[in-house]
Amino acid sequence: MKIKLKDIAHGRSGDKGDAANVGLIAFDDEGYKIIDKYVTADRVKNHFEGICFGDVERYELPNLRALNFLLHNTLGGGGTVSLKHDAQGKTLAAALLRMELEVE
Amino acid sequence: MKEKIKIASGQGFWGDLLDAPVQQVTKGEIDYLVMDYLAEVTMSILQKQKNRNPKHGYARDLPILMKKILPIIVEKKIKVITNGGGVNPVACADAILENAVELGIEKIKIAVVLGDDIKGCLDVIVASENELTNMETGESIKSIQDKILSANVYFGAFPIVEALENDADIVITGRTTDTGLTLAPMIYEFGWKKDDYNHLSLGTIAGHILECGGQSTGGNFLGDWQSVDNLAEIGFPIAEAYPNGDVIITKHNNTGGKVNFDTVAEQLVYEIGDPKNYITPDCVADFTSIKLEDLGNDRVKLFDVKGKPETEFYKVSCSYYDGYSAVGTLTYSWPQALTKAKAADKILRKRLENLNLQFDEIRSEYVGYNATHETLAKKIDEDNINEIVLRFAVRSHDRESVKRFGQEIAPLILTGPPSVTGFAGGRPKPSEVVAYWPALIPKKLVTPKVKILELK
Repeated sequence: MKIKLKDIAHGRSGDKGDAANVGLIAFDDEGYKIIDKYVTADRVKNHFEGICFGDVERYELPNLRALNFLLHNTLGGGGTVSLKHDAQGKTLAAALLRMELEVE
Repeated sequence: MKEKIKIASGQGFWGDLLDAPVQQVTKGEIDYLVMDYLAEVTMSILQKQKNRNPKHGYARDLPILMKKILPIIVEKKIKVITNGGGVNPVACADAILENAVELGIEKIKIAVVLGDDIKGCLDVIVASENELTNMETGESIKSIQDKILSANVYFGAFPIVEALENDADIVITGRTTDTGLTLAPMIYEFGWKKDDYNHLSLGTIAGHILECGGQSTGGNFLGDWQSVDNLAEIGFPIAEAYPNGDVIITKHNNTGGKVNFDTVAEQLVYEIGDPKNYITPDCVADFTSIKLEDLGNDRVKLFDVKGKPETEFYKVSCSYYDGYSAVGTLTYSWPQALTKAKAADKILRKRLENLNLQFDEIRSEYVGYNATHETLAKKIDEDNINEIVLRFAVRSHDRESVKRFGQEIAPLILTGPPSVTGFAGGRPKPSEVVAYWPALIPKKLVTPKVKILELK
């Protein structure tokens, strides 16, 4: 069964130097089980191919039904140096929600 | 000891809704108004302003705002805590005192937290074998020492606690952590100890929820954003804190926006790294331990937070000049808007190349197509696209190259693809790039000081 991430989760993203932080929050406990199992660091790294040029770290916050991803080397040098229109990665959480998951 | 205190957020950044603090002090009862003005970029802007005029260097909106709310906070005994003092907190306090005199206020005490500005003693610090190594790259600060614009240590809640113990009505700080502004009144009112890491972490996390203003009360909410009512009159967050360490996140009743599990959770995951180790000068908070309970009616309870001892270091943020940049835009209309914008990009790059200009980076984006989601942007059917904005940006250590780029944009209107407009703003001018140097400094090398200014 194919699931669109935007149907089961929301989130918020921002900057930490040249890394972007992308927080992903499931709308309910069932959704958290799915994102915890399927939204792996590797999958996020592949999703952001051509955007994230460094490692992706993943952290779990089950009490908040949330995952936090740190996408290194992503913001073109960081907040004030970056030439990007979205220099602080504010829209990257929405970009992550474009992901589709094949769920058993 | 008070049974509970209400701490209200009035600003999420310098440039936030000007009337939010006024709403916070008039639309309901609060004990503290906390206002965060300082992003990293703000410190460098303020330092530039102070370099031009020694009486500047703080958030100049702040005395104007204080003039509006001083009579109310004096009457209601609301204490104000803010880091809007920037790189010149004493001048900021002086300006507020002048306003108090003009308003006929006879008695008010302002405490200023000093000591975070270490620019003047960087040479001594570096000479004492502390090279303020860049936390991200591992380089010694010596490589950029002659280009440094500002250097500030992040203080935490305890200097503010000292100010409150001196009976300050208003506390003005320089570089203080956003979270410390909210944690400090809890420590002061409830007598939490320096090693009560669970409570300190809880107050820190409450501070994280408050520090971006309306971002925890329904603003920038990526969940069901259309379900948030009346963003036009959004209420900023309020932390209702209890001595046992429970905090209720809420907002004034008669305001717009929304406080629920989802809006608070979004703010909790904003700009965090390893959630088990959220490091502040006061403690190391564990965000994975957070318990949230949605009580309904715009009330969310935060409780049972775990924390660990603080580290032996303060974070230092230095800003330094790192070249020049400029950005120009051109708007192309249907038909073939994207194809035209791409053709213009190619022409411009060729011209810059022919001029032998030196750039560290050239970047073009197509607003309306891929400026936000880049490689994830869906292919577009050009027949259904009305217009595209070409956004072209350059960065260089050679100012002349950036200046010449600015002169090459407008000619594209007469010498490039057709149906182009949007060049009313004049040539893009080179602006100085200010970069940041994050480092750690042993706490023993820096001492916060509290200075009292008062009318009595």
